[in-house]
Amino acid sequence: MKPMFSPVEIRRDFPIFSKVMRGGNRLVYLDNGATSQKPRQVLDAERNFYEQNNAAVHRGAHLLAEEASIAYEGARQVLANFLNAELDEIIFTKSATESINALAYSFGNSASGSRFALKPGDRIVVSEIEHHANLIPWQQLAKRTGAELVWLSVDSEGRLDLNSLEELINPSTKIVAITHQSNVLGTIIPLKDIVARAHSVGAVVVLDACQSAPHFAIDVKALDIDFLAFSAHKALGPTGIGILWGRSEFLNSMEPFLTGGSMIESATMTEAKWAPSPKRFEAGVPNMAQAVGFAAAIDYLNELGMDNVAKHEQDLTAYALKKFLQLDKVEVIGPKNNIDRGSVISFTIEGIHPHDVGQVLDQYGVAVRTGHHCAWPLMRKLGLIGTTRASFYVYNDEADVDALIDSILEAQKYFKV
Amino acid sequence: MELDSLYQEVILDHYKHPLNKSLSPTFTAQVHHINPSCGDEITLNVNIADGIVTNVSWDGVGCSISQASTSIASDLMTGKNLKEALKIVESFSDLMSSKGTMAGNEDILEDGVALAGVSKFPARIKCALLGWMAFKDAAIQSSKN
Repeated sequence: MKPMFSPVEIRRDFPIFSKVMRGGNRLVYLDNGATSQKPRQVLDAERNFYEQNNAAVHRGAHLLAEEASIAYEGARQVLANFLNAELDEIIFTKSATESINALAYSFGNSASGSRFALKPGDRIVVSEIEHHANLIPWQQLAKRTGAELVWLSVDSEGRLDLNSLEELINPSTKIVAITHQSNVLGTIIPLKDIVARAHSVGAVVVLDACQSAPHFAIDVKALDIDFLAFSAHKALGPTGIGILWGRSEFLNSMEPFLTGGSMIESATMTEAKWAPSPKRFEAGVPNMAQAVGFAAAIDYLNELGMDNVAKHEQDLTAYALKKFLQLDKVEVIGPKNNIDRGSVISFTIEGIHPHDVGQVLDQYGVAVRTGHHCAWPLMRKLGLIGTTRASFYVYNDEADVDALIDSILEAQKYFKV
Repeated sequence: MELDSLYQEVILDHYKHPLNKSLSPTFTAQVHHINPSCGDEITLNVNIADGIVTNVSWDGVGCSISQASTSIASDLMTGKNLKEALKIVESFSDLMSSKGTMAGNEDILEDGVALAGVSKFPARIKCALLGWMAFKDAAIQSSKN
């Protein structure tokens, strides 16, 4: 294992941390669940691509086209290695949201009789803790095809209730689409049990890894899942790029979502034949510089060591939870112990609306997310109008947690609660 | 502190003791408005008779800005004629989009000028407008009914 990194030292790689915030404060960035900050290495990689290699990939007979293609395909290899996946299984998309929609539309475009085709009586299983990005595409696919959408429920501790697992994931189930870690509660789900049950009835498992892949090592083969989506921007990388991973035997028998240039094997005025994966799912000139930036972000994380990243966040979460549980009139929403839990802490303060909490915290340079976190059904289930959420990453340390706690006390003072 | 320009005492008073926050049993129009970015929700009833706003009542959940602003709007609109009321809404909208360059006309907006500071915080403008837009919607619906 690599030696543990120092958050304060790596902060120097991130230009944004030299910004002076409201009230003359330093930036205490605790909104990593929404998006992460970007190190200079990522910004340089993108700039270098534009300055040295820019050309449309997989086209053109010139040096730049060659270099751009090598850089882009090199990025694909970095992502494949990161997930222990095969090269042809990594599809670049513009976001995790696009990845999941691509899958949902691909399934919806399947010819009847295909294992991905859905009809009335078929079932799609999600959970109550899904982000809208892994709920609405399946909800709408169910509406379009007449399939039934059902969901695993969440208990009062913020854990998934597996008592009804066998009943919910029944032999009619075709797709189980589930988040690896809740973006609101921090809960890491019991994936192994869910995958085993899904596969026993012949369903495929789609994993929303947006909140997990940036924070701990993922091995798609060991997890035995079928599809996975995550985005670069939550993993120190650029916006505008995400990936869809799928088993190649599935990808090569699936229908594309977007059609156009690059994704065909041959074309006539009336017919087209699809190229194999990944090209089949990458119509048009892709986000090349962003893919290169994505790979630079993954290189950066690998340099820190994903096991170190996970350990660092676990320790910081333990420290924060301890502090939170000592606060008066503050409630942690989600698991209060540090078992199967990521570095996301949602909380409510009695008598202060989350939006007002966020506003006061901002006055102290503390950046958090407030509201329903694109998980409105979960909020309704928990009987909440919203929460304030702090989410940690590699550059956060105990001083950041202390600043958060101090600013919460200030908010209570300000609103006299 | 910069925060004080946002959270004036008047606003905190309205937040803790909101006016007209109990839905009337009868109304000439009822609307339900949601702020999808933060989940704030209000239901607002109006009674308009012979072109006069005789009653505005509401209920809902939201941040201090949205609650106080709705309280202020409901008080201000009551007793006004419809045309005048819609002009006041327009004046408040202008204040909200002023990016901190306007203080607001106290003769027209009364307690509403306490919300002038909100215009410097783009993320909060929608909160401040929630009740006013709900009123406008209800007033227009009522006049169509």
